Order: sequence, then structure tokens, then C-alpha cells
Amino acid sequence: MHELAITEGVVAAVTERLPEAKVTLVRLEIGALSGVVADSVRFCFDLVTEGTNLEGASLEIVESAAQCRCRSCGAEFDPEGPIMLCSCGSADVVVESGADLRILSVKVV
Amino acid sequence: MCGTCGCADNESDSRTIILQQKVLAKNDELAERNRSFLTDRNAAMLNLMSSPGAGKTTLLESMAGVFSELPQVSVIEGDQETALDADRIKAAGYAVVQINTGVGCHLDADMVAAALGVLDPQPGSIVIVENVGNLVCPALFDLGESARIVLASVTEGGDKPLKYPHMFRQADLVLVTKIDLLPYVDFDLERYATDVRRLNPAAELLTVSARTGEGMAAWCEWLRLAARPTHPARPDSPPGRAQPLSRPGPG
Repeated sequence: MHELAITEGVVAAVTERLPEAKVTLVRLEIGALSGVVADSVRFCFDLVTEGTNLEGASLEIVESAAQCRCRSCGAEFDPEGPIMLCSCGSADVVVESGADLRILSVKVV
Repeated sequence: MCGTCGCADNESDSRTIILQQKVLAKNDELAERNRSFLTDRNAAMLNLMSSPGAGKTTLLESMAGVFSELPQVSVIEGDQETALDADRIKAAGYAVVQINTGVGCHLDADMVAAALGVLDPQPGSIVIVENVGNLVCPALFDLGESARIVLASVTEGGDKPLKYPHMFRQADLVLVTKIDLLPYVDFDLERYATDVRRLNPAAELLTVSARTGEGMAAWCEWLRLAARPTHPARPDSPPGRAQPLSRPGPG
């Protein structure tokens, strides 16, 4: 479960950036194509934050949708399922959004 | 806005601080350092990923000493526990460093940085990383490799690309292994190739049998081309010059 390592990465990045602050809220963006399961991050979060300055913080996850653009016909579409296939039949598509995995903001006191 | 950290500088007890930071930023930065370290030596690193038992170690064993036109190959082994693979690889004649990830399900750039420091790859050589056997987690972590190779054995069944799309979408090469067993299993190679192409039109696909040697020459040629130095050896880049690695060797 790489979500454990991902969640540890979130905590490490926040504590490195704000070593003195008491963090009460973490807002993450997890894209539909990021390869990370939001529920698994939620599951790990309390465990990973224990004993850090994020302990007790709430977690808010923005799950951003996937958006692809077809290189063949230029159409933009939301891929359904694992295969990113444009309705024109082309598989030559570029992911425009939905692959992001970011710490958007934190709330501190 | 506060000039120190970019926070919304207000008087309330609770402040929101905008970070907009990639979660994997630290790993990606370390991966870039690994890439520079290798580029400085004209060495290339290839990330070999698959489910457990697809034949990564056997493939490397069967290449040893057979293809003299290949540059020198050294190996970084990733497993949760034991040095069993490193022992096999060492016996096959390669320089090898074993990383044990413990509970970890993948290698990351920091682990590989430490291993590169110990391995000290020769100029012009190829480093092959045998990642932890897993078709999910390793896909997310850039190690500093120049190409990603996904192995898939015919005994695993042909449905793996559609079941594990993240892994196959990132592959530069899909290498179908154990093809000597094709007569004994239900594995439709044509359909498999179609599924891989639908997921990842840019990926190449090769087939091998480490047991019979079929396809090994083509695989080694692919490896040789993938590891071609991007620039000629520079006289001001002697081995040992680039030392970005500060972490001690893996435990």
C-alpha cells in the first residue's frame, strides 16, 4: 500500500515547511489518475500524524476528475475506465488533468 | 501576504497557508539527482518492474556473459526481505546491491541514491534496478531511470494490462517472459499486444524465454539502445566526481 508512504510524504513536507506550527487542517488534491486511493490516505492519516505537529488535524481531500485531450482529433473527454480511448477511436491521448497529487493548503493555529 | 512563507497574513487565531506542493516533490528531486549522477558518468539506469515471479532475476541471470556487445551491467535488487536475489545475481557475475524495504512495497529515489553510492557504477555502464515485485506501487516512484520496463510472464494470464493500467501506461517496454510455456497456458499474445497498445500506444513489446534463449538477442539489443549515452564521455567527468549521495547504505 503506497498510500502509507504517500501520507508520510505529506506529513514530512508539511513539517519541513512549517516546523513550529500546530496544523489543524490539511487539504490535499488527489487526481483520479494519480494512482492513489483517497480512502487509503484517510485510513493512514491519523496513524502517520501521531506524535507530529499534524496530530489531530482534519484531512480534506479534493478528488479531481480526469480530463484527456485526443492528439488525433483534438476532442477533450473524461476517460471512463482504464483505457483512455477517444470516441474517434484513437488511443493517442494526452492527460490534461487528473494526474495531480498535491498538498493544496494547511490551516495552522 | 507574509514575505517569509507566503501565508495569508491575518490576525485570526487560525490561518490558512497555501502550499500547492506536489506530494512526491522530494522523491522527484532525489530522482533528478540520481539522473544527473548517472548522466555525469554516461551511465544509464533502467527500472525493471513486474509482479513477483515474472522472471526478473532469471532474465538477468540468463543474460550474464552471453551478450558481449552489452556495456557492463550492475544491479540494484529490491525485495522486502532476504538477499536471495542478490546472491543469485552475484553468482551470475554482476556487481549488486540488495535493498530490503521491510514493510515497504516499492523502491524510492532515496533508497536508490544510497545503493548507487555503494554500487559506484562505472562510466558507460548500465544499472538495472530490479524493483520490488508489485504491479501497483512502484509505478508512482521515479527513481532517476532513463527507461521503465514492465515484465509480464505468460503464466500470469493476459488480463494484467487492463487490471493494472497505471503500471502499463508508464512502460517504455513491455517484455513478455516465459514464452516457452505458451503451448501450455491460455495466453493470447495478439490480444495482449492489442490491450497494451490501447493503454499505451508508445510502449514497445518484446517476447523472451530465458530458458530457451528465444528473443534474448532482441531484448539485449533493446537494452543496449535504451542505455546509449546521451552525450560522449567528458574528460572533466572522471568516475567519483559526482557524489550527491549523503545517505548511508541501506540496512
